Amino acid sequence: MSEYLHIGKAVPRPDGPDKAAGKAHYIHDLQRPGMLHGKIKFSDFPHARIKHIDTSKAERLPGVKVVVTAKNSPEIRLGFLRDNMALKKDKVRQYRDEVAAVAAIDPDIAAEAIDLIRVEYEPLPGVFSPLEAMKEGAPLVHETDPRGRTRSHNLLPLKYHHESGDLEEGKQAAYHVAEGEFSTPLVQQCCMGTAGCIAEFDMNNNLTLWAKTQIPFLAQRDFNRALSDMGLKGKNTRIIVPALGGGFGTGLDTHTYEYIAILLAYQTGHPVKIVYNRREEFDNLSPRQSSQTHIVQGCDRDGKLTFRQVDVLQDNGAYASWGATYPSVMMMPATSLYRVPNIFFDAKLVYTNNTYCQAMRGYGNPELTWALESNMDELAELAGIDPFEFRMLNRNEPGDTTPMGLKISTCGLKDCLETVAQKLDWNNGTKKGKNRGIGMASLIHVGGGGRIYRSDASGMILKLDDFGNVNVFYGGVEMGQGLHAVLIQVVAEALGVRPDKVFINPTDTGTCPWDVGTHASRGAFMAGNAAILAAEKLRKKIFQLAEELFPAEVEKNLEKHLEKNPGYRPPDFDIAKASKRDRFDLHEGYIFIKDAPMESWLRMDLGKLLRSAHFRPQGQMLIAEAFYDPPNEFPDFEKGMGNISSTYAFGTQGAEVEVDTETGEIMIIRMVAAHDVGRVLNPPGLKGQIYGALAQGVGYALYEELKSEEGKIQNPDFRDYKIPRTHEMDFPIDLVFIETNDNFGPFGAKGVAEPGLVPTAPAIANAIYNAVGVRIRDLPITPEKVLDALKNNKKLKTP
Amino acid sequence: MKKQLSFTLNGSPIQVAADSHQTLLELLRESLHMTGTKEGCGEGECGACTVLVDGLAINACLYPAFEAADKNITTIEGLVEMKNKLSIIQQAFVDSGAIQCGFCTPGMILSAKALLDTQPDPSEEDIREALSGNLCRCTGYVQIIEAVKKAAVHMRDKS
Repeated sequence: MSEYLHIGKAVPRPDGPDKAAGKAHYIHDLQRPGMLHGKIKFSDFPHARIKHIDTSKAERLPGVKVVVTAKNSPEIRLGFLRDNMALKKDKVRQYRDEVAAVAAIDPDIAAEAIDLIRVEYEPLPGVFSPLEAMKEGAPLVHETDPRGRTRSHNLLPLKYHHESGDLEEGKQAAYHVAEGEFSTPLVQQCCMGTAGCIAEFDMNNNLTLWAKTQIPFLAQRDFNRALSDMGLKGKNTRIIVPALGGGFGTGLDTHTYEYIAILLAYQTGHPVKIVYNRREEFDNLSPRQSSQTHIVQGCDRDGKLTFRQVDVLQDNGAYASWGATYPSVMMMPATSLYRVPNIFFDAKLVYTNNTYCQAMRGYGNPELTWALESNMDELAELAGIDPFEFRMLNRNEPGDTTPMGLKISTCGLKDCLETVAQKLDWNNGTKKGKNRGIGMASLIHVGGGGRIYRSDASGMILKLDDFGNVNVFYGGVEMGQGLHAVLIQVVAEALGVRPDKVFINPTDTGTCPWDVGTHASRGAFMAGNAAILAAEKLRKKIFQLAEELFPAEVEKNLEKHLEKNPGYRPPDFDIAKASKRDRFDLHEGYIFIKDAPMESWLRMDLGKLLRSAHFRPQGQMLIAEAFYDPPNEFPDFEKGMGNISSTYAFGTQGAEVEVDTETGEIMIIRMVAAHDVGRVLNPPGLKGQIYGALAQGVGYALYEELKSEEGKIQNPDFRDYKIPRTHEMDFPIDLVFIETNDNFGPFGAKGVAEPGLVPTAPAIANAIYNAVGVRIRDLPITPEKVLDALKNNKKLKTP
Repeated sequence: MKKQLSFTLNGSPIQVAADSHQTLLELLRESLHMTGTKEGCGEGECGACTVLVDGLAINACLYPAFEAADKNITTIEGLVEMKNKLSIIQQAFVDSGAIQCGFCTPGMILSAKALLDTQPDPSEEDIREALSGNLCRCTGYVQIIEAVKKAAVHMRDKS
């Protein structure tokens, strides 16, 4: 039996009934009085000079309130390198560059107006691959940096590098060496609710923005800076987050469409809404960055890894957003998945005239793990060691400090590997019949926050009301992942109230305490720890107040009890003496004395305590706040050193597949996912996270690729961009949760949102190899690629 | 061209002015402010806008509003029973962890209803087929399919 009342239970998510009833309000559903509709005019070329923009016809269209271009509006720079602008002035660098925008009284008029804008361009030669862009004399995407200094090449000024041990020594010590080049495509997050916002100014020129964001407080900072650029220095942005309709990393950026809505709202004095339709979303919302990874690994005669060398090249697209920081996460698996003594890691990012990229679930880890875990199987084969045994031999263990300086507190990798092997019947061989095979892949991921900014903190406010309800104010974002259900459980457990008395308030920078953002699988971990701290403080305040109020209250209770039970003899217990703060406890909303006899009258309802506190002279209220910043380090990414998370999630996933050698099609027979989750907080929510991430991994492995030709997206709809449907997910998934009960986690839990995606593709690829002997190195693994590889294999075998 | 349309919406007769170029989705969301029906793609590929027309699941984003004349339309708002009570299928979605971001949920639930109203004891394959036009990016469908199975049992128990 669990020692907890609510932790580990299927506490329902509070937004479930509204979502099931169609009553949850997403950005698409929100209206403001007097609201206008904004629409953006995007570039017609991937690289061109803007010679002239004629907006006169659009301006004359009835119903159009304003047309903005870089000419008639202040320059707003964005992105952490400040290399992007909300509206482009002299030059476009990608098809999705914004050249103008309109605000009109309805969406149809706005769309018509956009078509009436004429732009004259002088097309420029473009660069569409990193190798092309790195060539001597290649066209420059940015001729100058944001400060106006001349640039001579297309490399980004970002360094991600790690060296540890002695690579040459590691190579000398290697008896077997496997080398491979692996690539991953552009992938769209495909939130079912598309991107959008509403911007509204009050007459003091303060801004309210309803935003589809995962970083309300960092966004507030970005938008306040934009207000300053607009001549509104000192004015404030309040961000309100509606029901999100999916995040998956899309909410880590502040987006050009948001800045444009702000410009339009300011110019018109009306609230302005911009919502992308699905095509606009595919064309203009930053996807997951593509990558090319060259990996070499070696092991000694016994199969112990002696070195690992990883070089990553990334097509950054036209501007720097969070896509440009994937290597900060890539270096985590590169240095720390399995024990490797000698490591080299380097990543280069190159500007091109392709779409620029932002965060998506896993953030560099799926890309790197794809190369690493495929290559592990190749090396195992060269070494003549079973891939499962090979991983067991090199696995991480609790207490390890990895070459990057990651401190592994708890580590369930051994259990995860063994579970997958056992569930897939590994002992009886990886070949499971004609064209059928099994494969596995593991992962390490941040499980205890991820310090990718200088702060990794979360604030928390708990406020009690007259009814003993706990109102929770938290600045992180419920994207659908189930954070609010977990928050309810943690508050109920840590404070000692019933879950139905805990209410989570909407995320709003005006009311909620600061939080760095909901990313890196940190939501439940951070909110949980912050809630525990705040609950401890609140309990202290409650018990302090109870010293004064408890004795009189239970005296009244006793009188009533005696009226009803005249023969009752109260136990000999000195209530006044026992009413000391350190002797109180709180359980399911009742205050009682820990060592007192169990009497129904000898307890005080929390709501009563609050009413007594509020309705008396010199009364008081009960609010507690906490600011939790986990014990981890902001790494030095140029040196590739630093304990980025306070604990790490591990996992292994396995797949059994059958390959149709006539068509190249892959059928997944079943999958197993074993994850070290620290502790299960909410079983249905946790399952949903792993199932959902695994399904995105299946899409990544087999179907999804945002195709780009000369910078133009070729498949901007769900007909041509396939994400898994019910039929693609028609196989059993066996989930196993390994509970390592981590010291740093709230009730022992680790973050789990991303791990299910990370090893899915290499597990499937390794199974394909075992089934038919072909190794696919570039995602997605399409039937065409499998057929080609099968043909090549045949040629090699029949001289 | 505008004309007055009469049809049955969630059990009640309604009359509303509609435009010839309007889709049923636009009529519901923009003219009637019923935002429970979602637009996920506007091209009939994702199923977020699924509503029932005479009991059949259709994509409201492709369905001309004029076609609704004299028909029986059911939207997600129509499934909620009196006094804010969720219907059996909705409750099963809540109870099964079938809801994450919730954007696909109304469409999923209506596709499930179209199935269960005609096929009270569906196989898992029937369920997968009935939901094959509804995209979900959050759940991997596992708990959604469990929810429909659970709803089928509860609906059979009730009848």
